[in-house]
Amino acid sequence: MKAYAAAARERLTGRELGALPVTAALAVIMIVFSSLNSHFLSSENLTNLALQMAATGTISLGVIMVLLLGEIDLSVGSVSGLCAVVMTIQTVRHGLHPLLAVLLALAAGAAIGLLHGLMFTRIGMPSFVVTLSGLIGWQGLLIYLLGKGGTINLPFDGSIAKLSDTWLPDALSWTLAAVITAVYAAVAVLTRRARAGLDLPFEPVLRPALRITALAALLAIVVRILTTDRGVPLTLVIFASLVVVLDVLIRHTVAGRRMYAVGGNAEAARRSGINVTRVRTLAFVASGTIAAFGGVLAASRLSAVNQNSGGSDILLNAIAAAVIGGVSLFGGRGRTYAALLGILVIQSITNGMLLLNVDSSVRFMVTALVLALAVALDSLARKGRPEGLG
Amino acid sequence: MAALLAVRGVIKRYGPVRALAGVDLEVRAGEVVALVGDNGAGKSTLIKVVSGVTHADEGVITLDGRPVTVRGPHDAQALGISTVHQDLALCENLDVVANLFLGHEQRRFSWLRELRMERTARDLLASLDVRIPEIRTPVAALSGGQRQSVAIARALIGEPRLVILDEPTAALGVEQTAQVLALVRRLRDRGLAVLLISHNLVDVTAVSDRVAVLRLGSNAGEFTTREATQEMIVAAITGAGYGS
Repeated sequence: MKAYAAAARERLTGRELGALPVTAALAVIMIVFSSLNSHFLSSENLTNLALQMAATGTISLGVIMVLLLGEIDLSVGSVSGLCAVVMTIQTVRHGLHPLLAVLLALAAGAAIGLLHGLMFTRIGMPSFVVTLSGLIGWQGLLIYLLGKGGTINLPFDGSIAKLSDTWLPDALSWTLAAVITAVYAAVAVLTRRARAGLDLPFEPVLRPALRITALAALLAIVVRILTTDRGVPLTLVIFASLVVVLDVLIRHTVAGRRMYAVGGNAEAARRSGINVTRVRTLAFVASGTIAAFGGVLAASRLSAVNQNSGGSDILLNAIAAAVIGGVSLFGGRGRTYAALLGILVIQSITNGMLLLNVDSSVRFMVTALVLALAVALDSLARKGRPEGLG
Repeated sequence: MAALLAVRGVIKRYGPVRALAGVDLEVRAGEVVALVGDNGAGKSTLIKVVSGVTHADEGVITLDGRPVTVRGPHDAQALGISTVHQDLALCENLDVVANLFLGHEQRRFSWLRELRMERTARDLLASLDVRIPEIRTPVAALSGGQRQSVAIARALIGEPRLVILDEPTAALGVEQTAQVLALVRRLRDRGLAVLLISHNLVDVTAVSDRVAVLRLGSNAGEFTTREATQEMIVAAITGAGYGS
């Protein structure tokens, strides 16, 4: 009990803020916009928000893989666009089966990530420069591949476009929410039993019970809102699943543990026998692959690829989302949920400002402010307990 | 009792400089040997040779009387030699359990066996009487003495026979130094051979069984701690009379 109290205090005193600041920011944003515009919290608008999140949110997940090592990947936007173009050309012009085309896009993303990883680890180029040249170069290749037309449309009734226009039936959504809650509860019960079996300390029963109830309530609210409109969009389910699966992978596998270790102290990791080069290369491959999938989602939503695919503010939003969500730029800290929460913050601001008809100049400045706040928190947490907060 | 580790006539040259000019050293199981000497006396070089970070140009290292070749840190670990470097090499963002098993995670396929590692970690820390309130918080939240204790405990994960501690008390306050020295005694009580490098003669006389003095890359005296005074050791370090 005492230990948990200490852990809770630790979290509140600034070192391990975790998801607290971003959740608070989200609550403030929701309250402000809903009081300014009654349409903001409507099911229709929240459904749009969910649709707008998936692609950039997925790309943000890829960025997190590299940020966890204390490195940066500036190429994820271009890579997402390029891979989407590869997929579209193969399926539209060469008639490749859509599923194979998607797999090809993922393979292309992985190959590009591998190239970046090797340039970083073998040649020793800074990741900033490697991926900056990637940002420019892959954008160039994208424009080259698109050729004169500059735009290729995906058939509206094709399975790739359908991806963004598929809605879960209400019954299925509720079942899914129930199953997720049940699995979460089962894991909590089993973990508790296993800890007790090994004579390890375990939480008082109230805490997991509260978490399970909170999850059930959250899922119920989301499903309730989305089913009143068109239903739960498939892309949201895909994005959320990716977040959860990647979180479980990086926190419970040896490879994931080593990513955190390299991000925390690369020299210590090397001396304990960890192959740092391999871990770093793996992170870039993961980043490229996930970016490619984000590109597929973006192309699906637009039903087309064009010279702007993966361009404009996608890269910046993806990185900003990760950082706003609580991933440290200094490496070793953060979870994949940052992508979900961070992109929710950014898209809420964008969406809310558009509803209010605010000029994009203001929107940029507000987003910048939130980003600066997030990085300030990160920097303070790194410096240790800030004066006056302890 | 025969020595667990014996170093004979080790020479190490860096260009024209002889960092080690034929050094002998013995450490027995269940014994704490303090290696002392002024800056540049060759302590670090000798440790690097034994822990596989660098190679001797001449000389023999034997374990249990058998000559061994230590080509790298991995060789040293496989031979049962574990080193705690002065900078500890902990990942501050990871918790105590993760740090203890860093690079040697218990796994089922590539899935971490988290609970089993935590059980082993708690047992290990308890057997060493290391008290850390919450071993699931990041190491960044621990005190200097606790970090040193975690680093020493980590050296025991591979069940070594010789533990080398490089300046374990250098950055610690009085109380934390006492904790770490108590931990060193418990290593000895477990039957481990401990080689302790230190600048602090108070610590050295408090915890060691024997003191080996290096000066300018050569042996400059060896004392049974019980029978030696600090003055004798200082004299050997500076080369002013007595044994030299």
